[in-house]
Amino acid sequence: MRFGEFGGRFVPEVLIPPLEELEKAYAKLKDDEEFKRELDYYLRNYAGRPTPLYFARNLSKELGMRVYLKREDLLHGGAHKINNTLAQALLAKFMGKTRVIAETGAGQHGVATAMACALLGISCRIYMGALDYERQKMNVFRMKILGAEVVAVESGSKTLKDAINEALRDWAESFETTHYLIGSVVGPHPFPTIVRDFQAVIGKEARKQILEIEGSLPDAIVACVGGGSNAIGIFYPFLNDDLRLIGVEAGGLGIETGKHSASLYAGRKGVLHGMRSYFLQDEDGMILDTHSISAGLDYPGVGPEHAFLKDSGRVEYTFVTDREALNAFLKLSKLEGIIPALESAHALAYLEKDEELKGSTVIVNLSGRGDKDLGIVMEAMK
Amino acid sequence: MISKSLIVFFPAGYPSKEKTLDFMLSANADMIELGIPFSDPVADGATIQKAYYEALSSGFKVKDVFWIAREFRKRDSRKLVLMSYFNPIHSAGMREFVEKAYESGFDAILVVDLPFDEAKEFVGICRDVGIKNVFLAAPNTSEERLAKIDELSEFVYLVSTYGVTGAREKISKLAFEALKRAKRTCRKPIAVGFGVSKREHVVELFNAGADGVVVGSALVELIKKFGERAKEEIAKFTSELKA
Repeated sequence: MRFGEFGGRFVPEVLIPPLEELEKAYAKLKDDEEFKRELDYYLRNYAGRPTPLYFARNLSKELGMRVYLKREDLLHGGAHKINNTLAQALLAKFMGKTRVIAETGAGQHGVATAMACALLGISCRIYMGALDYERQKMNVFRMKILGAEVVAVESGSKTLKDAINEALRDWAESFETTHYLIGSVVGPHPFPTIVRDFQAVIGKEARKQILEIEGSLPDAIVACVGGGSNAIGIFYPFLNDDLRLIGVEAGGLGIETGKHSASLYAGRKGVLHGMRSYFLQDEDGMILDTHSISAGLDYPGVGPEHAFLKDSGRVEYTFVTDREALNAFLKLSKLEGIIPALESAHALAYLEKDEELKGSTVIVNLSGRGDKDLGIVMEAMK
Repeated sequence: MISKSLIVFFPAGYPSKEKTLDFMLSANADMIELGIPFSDPVADGATIQKAYYEALSSGFKVKDVFWIAREFRKRDSRKLVLMSYFNPIHSAGMREFVEKAYESGFDAILVVDLPFDEAKEFVGICRDVGIKNVFLAAPNTSEERLAKIDELSEFVYLVSTYGVTGAREKISKLAFEALKRAKRTCRKPIAVGFGVSKREHVVELFNAGADGVVVGSALVELIKKFGERAKEEIAKFTSELKA
């Protein structure tokens, strides 16, 4: 239920029974052979697993280190999100739920949820902050084509955190028929554990692949951190190994400007969305508005397991700015012919900032592809 | 603490701390609940969300809620319950916050997103300081949890339905079933809230055995509609509810 002092279940009483129901269902299902077979089938044949671990030769030469990319960008939908949505949608079916709700920021998790729901014949409603709804019109349209209902949330700052608030409000009313398919390793217990377990497939594959290719573990693994699902997914199977794990948050316009989303780097301990973790908040405990060029990292909190891994010192957390991420976005596109998501570009950008990485072997989690970001990048390059 | 009591809820600082104090003093109610505006009120419906948002936008600070309580206490001896989300309390430091709440005249604290399993330290501090706890119960709360909530609470705040705060046309059937069950299990008084907005709701719930009813969003709607002049409307409306 907890990761040290973090995590927990800080929700209104009405949500305790549905969380207990979910916890029980998951405990029963996670080792169920039939469930595992079915999930594995869809991950292989529908989503496109396993994803390659690709040695980026040109980038390696440029940076003076051996860089491997875990190609989650090649998955159906263009990001790692589908690992979790397929699994949770199957879980919802197992629980007899006929309806799924989810939150989305940029729309990637919303799209991945809509896909899984279309596939499994579950009705689907996606909450999206009204500002994101405007900014990400194409993804809204994509979700609608996939059969989802998309609701623009007009309350609060009209972004991802407000979409989560609204999904929680819906769930407090609809839990009897509805599963809340949360998109990252955030929220009340057992969500951070469930999502981590379903994303850990990334790290399990990467571990096997690097041992096959290199014959040894890498020196470091780098991943971007918003809520933190792709990062925990690749870190988790390496936690007990002797190597560096580096999480890169969104530094936005610079930490000193206050316009960023680096909750581990610059936040304080707090409680929101059912969990105790690090949050960007004012002196009264009001949650602050955040900024990042990457909508997927634009969240004022972070998963509780990351908070724990920060305090324990096992994972190093750092940040790069919008500008640095943008440069990395362009560099990978040019050198390797791979357009990364702006989220993943944060992880790539860090490689150039750490002298210690020179000469070493590094895996970067390329959590998504960048097609969705072309409009934003076009604006930013003006 | 309650017996056939009308409990009214006001969002602190909406539209200003002075007005909130005025509204509290003029409400014809037995107990007053004062809510600390929060940036992310997940248990609240649109009406209270907007009130909180406006209060924060016009500069409300958590310390204002203590000011309101102190001023109220100078003039009024009715019981005062502080309602908050957990983060403002966590942020201030639990002990510091609870001491301030006690010193400024609050009798009890209800933390919306702090179920009792997460509240061990908090309850300990409240006991030390001498302020009472109120916990939420819901129609889907198990007997086992209900008993624990009863044990820790000064009175049990029973949520009438699934979902969030907000005026509703009717009191749901769930409320009456839950009330019956809670009356059987609990030794403490039961107040029913969420969706209670009309005189007939109040009567129905009292008849069904409720020891208190909480009216919130309906009052916030009045404030929204009448603004500065809401004071008289609140006095009138609460008198009707109580009649």
